[in-house]
Amino acid sequence: MSSAAQSRVLITLNGLPVEATVGETVLSVLSREQIAIPSLCCDPSSGADGNCRSCLVEVSGFKTLQPSCLCQVSGQMEITTHSERAERVRRGVLALLAEQAPGSQMDGASELAGWLRHYAIVPSVAEPPDTIDRSHPAFVFEKNACIQCDRCVRACQDVQVNGVIGVSGRGASSAIIFGLDQTIVDSPCVGCGECVAACPTDALRIEERTAPTESIASICPYCGVGCALTYQVSETGEILSVDGRDGPANAGRLCVKGRFGYDYAHHPERLTQPYLRRADAPKSADFVDAVLSGARRWEEAFEPVSWEVALSHAAQGFLSLKTQYGVNSLAGFGSAKGSNEEAYLFQKLIRTGFENHHVDHCTRLCHASSVAALLEGLGSGAVSNPVRDIQCADVAILIGCNPTVNHPVAATWMKQAARSGTDLIVIDPRQTEIGQHATIQLQIHPGSDIALINALLHVIVLEGLVNNAFVDARVDGFEALAAHLMAFSPEQMAPICGITPERIREVARRYATASAAMIFWGMGISQHVHGTDNVRGLIALAAVTGQIGRPGTGLHPLRGQNNVQGASDAGLIPMMLPNYQRVSSAESRAPFEALWGHSLSAQAGLTVVEILERMDPARSDSERMRGLYVMGENPAMSDPDLTHAREALASLTHLVVQDVFMTETALLADVVLPASVWIEKTGTVTNTDRTVQLGRAATPPPGDAKQDLWIIQAMAEKLGLSWHYPGSDHGVGAVFDEMIQAMGSAYAGLSWARLQRESSVTYPCPSADSPGQSVLFHDRFPTANGRLRVVASQYQGPNEPTSKDYPLSLITGRVLEHWHTGTMTRRSRTLSTLYPEALLSIHVADAERLMIHEGTIVDVTSPHGRIQVKVCLDERVAPGTVFLPFAFFESAANVLTHSALDPYGKIPEFKHTPVRVQPMTRGVEST
Amino acid sequence: MTVSASNTIPRVDDARAIRRFLTQVLGMWLDREDGLIECLHAIQDSYGCLPKPILKELAQMRRQSSAELLGVATFYHHFRIVDAIPIQTIRTIRVCEGVSCALRGAHGLTEHIRAELASHHALVIEPVPCVGRCEHAPIAVVGQRPVHHASVESVVETVHAKAWEHPESARQGSFDPVRCLQDRQGQLPRSAQIAPDWVGLATYVRDGGYQLLAEIRASSERADSALEELGRAALRGLGGAGFPAGRKWSIVRQQPSPRVLVVNLDEGEPGTFKDRSYLERDPHRFLEGMLIAAAVVDVARCYVYLRDEYAGARTILQQCLNELVHSDVIDAEFVELRRGAGAYICGEESALIESIEGRRGEPRHRPPYVAERGLFGHPSLVHNFETLYWVRDILQRGAQWWNSYGHNGRTGLRSFSVSGRVREPGVKLAPAGITLTELIQAYCGGMEPGHTLYGYFPGGASGGMLPASMADVPLDFDTLQSVGCFIGSAAIVIFSQHDKARDLAQQTMDFFRHESCGQCTPCREGTGRALDLMQASHWDVDSLRDLAEVLREGSICGLGQAAPNTWDCVQRYFSHEVSGNV
Repeated sequence: MSSAAQSRVLITLNGLPVEATVGETVLSVLSREQIAIPSLCCDPSSGADGNCRSCLVEVSGFKTLQPSCLCQVSGQMEITTHSERAERVRRGVLALLAEQAPGSQMDGASELAGWLRHYAIVPSVAEPPDTIDRSHPAFVFEKNACIQCDRCVRACQDVQVNGVIGVSGRGASSAIIFGLDQTIVDSPCVGCGECVAACPTDALRIEERTAPTESIASICPYCGVGCALTYQVSETGEILSVDGRDGPANAGRLCVKGRFGYDYAHHPERLTQPYLRRADAPKSADFVDAVLSGARRWEEAFEPVSWEVALSHAAQGFLSLKTQYGVNSLAGFGSAKGSNEEAYLFQKLIRTGFENHHVDHCTRLCHASSVAALLEGLGSGAVSNPVRDIQCADVAILIGCNPTVNHPVAATWMKQAARSGTDLIVIDPRQTEIGQHATIQLQIHPGSDIALINALLHVIVLEGLVNNAFVDARVDGFEALAAHLMAFSPEQMAPICGITPERIREVARRYATASAAMIFWGMGISQHVHGTDNVRGLIALAAVTGQIGRPGTGLHPLRGQNNVQGASDAGLIPMMLPNYQRVSSAESRAPFEALWGHSLSAQAGLTVVEILERMDPARSDSERMRGLYVMGENPAMSDPDLTHAREALASLTHLVVQDVFMTETALLADVVLPASVWIEKTGTVTNTDRTVQLGRAATPPPGDAKQDLWIIQAMAEKLGLSWHYPGSDHGVGAVFDEMIQAMGSAYAGLSWARLQRESSVTYPCPSADSPGQSVLFHDRFPTANGRLRVVASQYQGPNEPTSKDYPLSLITGRVLEHWHTGTMTRRSRTLSTLYPEALLSIHVADAERLMIHEGTIVDVTSPHGRIQVKVCLDERVAPGTVFLPFAFFESAANVLTHSALDPYGKIPEFKHTPVRVQPMTRGVEST
Repeated sequence: MTVSASNTIPRVDDARAIRRFLTQVLGMWLDREDGLIECLHAIQDSYGCLPKPILKELAQMRRQSSAELLGVATFYHHFRIVDAIPIQTIRTIRVCEGVSCALRGAHGLTEHIRAELASHHALVIEPVPCVGRCEHAPIAVVGQRPVHHASVESVVETVHAKAWEHPESARQGSFDPVRCLQDRQGQLPRSAQIAPDWVGLATYVRDGGYQLLAEIRASSERADSALEELGRAALRGLGGAGFPAGRKWSIVRQQPSPRVLVVNLDEGEPGTFKDRSYLERDPHRFLEGMLIAAAVVDVARCYVYLRDEYAGARTILQQCLNELVHSDVIDAEFVELRRGAGAYICGEESALIESIEGRRGEPRHRPPYVAERGLFGHPSLVHNFETLYWVRDILQRGAQWWNSYGHNGRTGLRSFSVSGRVREPGVKLAPAGITLTELIQAYCGGMEPGHTLYGYFPGGASGGMLPASMADVPLDFDTLQSVGCFIGSAAIVIFSQHDKARDLAQQTMDFFRHESCGQCTPCREGTGRALDLMQASHWDVDSLRDLAEVLREGSICGLGQAAPNTWDCVQRYFSHEVSGNV
């Protein structure tokens, strides 16, 4: 009703008429009018608090000066900012702060220091006692420099919702504390650094910070949230620090990896030149173990060569295998860590250079099952609604995901939503941190997801909670599903999933009757042999209740890698060309054949685990995989049943690895090509919200390492392909624009030029002037008939059940500080200091029974292998389950896992392996 | 194995045992969002302190940030945080160092008691600000037992007797403030008893109590007329702000429901003890006043916030509320008694509300005013105890009765808490507008022998100081502004030629520094800075003037805004003490 015009008023600012909006703060008027006054406790992300009193101004109608950060504008208001009185009082306030914080860097660059200089306030010269907490590897806290503006408290409590920082005490003895007044590392601090970014006095700061000479806007290289950030770079190209940037996914927030985990780029172990394997060097899984254990040095097996030699050798190896054994002897693994342009060129290289479709990437190990089920049901593999849509949701189910660890910035939105009234229903075999913010937390038995989901559906159908109008208008397959569900009553499913029938009914009702409800899931759903069925169940939940197609509803598989969405979109999938065009369809192939000037195979390619299986020397010549080009992946660490995987890779005739470090996979390579990290590249990545975002190279690759886009093109040339991508950064813009041509109408509105301007664009974006569509399926689904198809899923137990010999269920996953196989994060000083070694989480009850204690080294044995690892007692894992992160080569979790696959998504079961845990036995060597 | 009795207090850091214990002792408070302070009290009542291992579990069970939890615990001075679980219960001896006690010889008492009890482990002796028993100064509180006219000997004796609890009192009293006026010229009984008898429900009802409440509840016309009558009486907020009570009721009544009523019984202004004196003798008169207000304003619930020092009053109030529930006067949930924890600032209404909500008692910014958005965001009628205490008599006897009192052109009655150098300190129910001279002569039996009037605090610590030459100013709201003072809660502290105004001013400043909540810069840093400046033999007039301006202009609440009154008054009326001329 109240239009903008109605609430506009004329006020008097320093004697001049100024237009303002009723209810906005005086400070916002001042900043618009570019009148600078201090406002130390006011933070762009957490707002005003009104405690510092440094922004006092004269306002008509008030006897005393008013804090401009809180005082709201009303009609006819007269504001005087620089009267003698206001200046005198502001100066007095600043003088008190200067006295309070003698340790603050008065000559420094902090906000406070700047204002003290402005008012010519000289702080006391007395040397303050050393009150610096240096316990954290990334930042320090100096109490003596703190003015208790509480910006860090709000950053921690309200913005990141971590609840670690608070104010203790009262009056002059009040102080900022971490946890129960602990040192920073002893507190529950998760190191997100939001407090450091918020601090106006440098009391919280990165120590030894040198002034940057350049700021480069880019995107975080880690998870799929896609946080925008800025690299602060020194004159010599060194990354000095990282600041959050106001991107659509993060609004300036970052997590510990994004903010402090950048230094792997400068690690001395970076590969700086190409290598060839020596003819006499052994190529075996044992060699990998020997290097990892320090018994051998990798340099013994490799000799440095020029790029020309390396590239010729690499290409020649593939060409001669192709000639001798046919096109099916070669394959390529791309990476969801590379840019869209790299992914696009890499699959183009495999499809036109190797002339097959054996190209896949790590999504296979993450969300392939999600994508399979989503494509089957909805006709689109991407998320329907962005993470931040949770702000519009009444209810959000979080199942099989651990966002505070794996998608920390996404988790901040979820926690904030929970605070403002969204009911979180958290379902996981472990009690996760986000569960602390949940209305309902269901700790289910590992692998029993379908039992629970079908029971929820059963209740919804039986209690008449189905959204019939929605189902009639937009859903196929409901009758068959409803009939199938009869066998899944809560009473029958309760013993399987470990949740009481009452609780199951409560959750079903809450979700179905919410005005808007979302579902988020992660690897806990997808990494099972029945992963696709799990996702089918979630799709059915949304479909029968009509919880899709509106803001605050829908399905959101939380994507892992920074470009996991883009890598799939760009065609790093064996059965699909870019934009999910089926390889098997001639109609789909035709436009690509025209665009690329090359005919394409009609036979779908093989997936990651299938390719590894084909490496078996026992296979016939026509079936055996002999050559593999790996760009930025580490299957010798990430794949299930590692011993087997490493033996398979070692048996290859020709393995070319393009990476930034000598990874476990590279140790088995014939040619190693030194590549670049994301920080060194310009390109685009697509996040979990379907937002395509531009990153710019902040620093050059070290030594003779090259940008991946250059390497792929050089390989293509050696393979006889004639590509031409002119322009800077190895033609990245030209590659992007070619990719857009291949991507169909959803991407039609994107262009390299537009990304240069806007930095982030969400698709579908059908035209250059479309803002991009963040919420999908408003009135139809992109299926043949426009309707969603629900598919019934059967409950089946895990592939390998626990047994007398292997009584515990092992869940693998990640920890906050480490990324995947640890290649990057274990080479970051901050991250590896914070989490230096693998820890197996085991419930206190199991530990007592097994007579093991905190810190005991144990043997963990599965039918596939045995590792040793230190124990940590953790009541958040359920009795009967243990948890192990897979980032540590010393205790490689995937030695234990098995390679059974989901039949649709071809994804391995990383979330359940039967194991036995015992105190360490000696003589491992001899086994 | 030890038998796990239901009341076993865990003495080792065993998470499961601690969780069991907390579930048992915390009851409903464990899960209530506003229950933190009550939880902390329950733990401290068991251990005599708050061990961090317990707080860690408490935070987890309440799903609350541990930093936030510790932030609340450390804000309140009655909570003692320790790193490890103590093997025996800690006992605290609080020695009052308020101005009134200092005038009565409290100086050095803390140190002497400490020296005497040095060999006692698990005993903490700490100086504290005013505990609200100034008529019996000096005061020490051993555990919860007050020791009047405390000496090293009497305190040690109490410790040796292990008399940690507040003495019990009986509901056999007969007290009527109007009879005090008629029979005792406004003198409240100055019983040496720590726990005087109080008027129980039966006696109160026999004397006509709760009839008015029943009438008002039965008829909305009666409620309307009560509001009109109250409006005619010159009853103003007797906590210190002096806002007309009738107007306040009308304002809150017009706000959307649910509305709540909050009673400020955090009587913390140094030198004030009137609320306790009435409450300990005549609790139902207050409760009826509260319930009448609740009925007229139609509130959903009442919250009574009682300062933690008043352990005896807490027991009485709890018993009275039980009486009312059992007699079906109120539902069990209608009135909630909440416990402060040692923070003067919580006498400020919005800080008090924050405290009831379970947070640090930091005053809120205004607007919004608490009448619009107060406790839990609801429109709140916040009243001092004494304002409600007079409601029944005013409505039954008529506004005319109340308005018939008054001297020097002022109207109504005031309960002056008089302490310091007078012969008979105590609560004096006297006409508003009375002068100090009259008060001393007619109500206090004159000055203490050997003492002549040198000056006085007309309104506790925050109301400034006046010299003997201004003993004839009428004491009431609005009459003292022109002389740089205000009456506040009417706590009159009288000092003599044996005292120095600057010493008392310094003590007062130290009190403000100690009690500043720390939220805003001027008060947090300025009170300490002022104290530094006031310790110089020759005061730096310019710096103090500038500082006064920063505090008055920049402080969020009245504590910081009023703090400069102290040094202003010294400079204005006792300048010879600080100009270096003496």
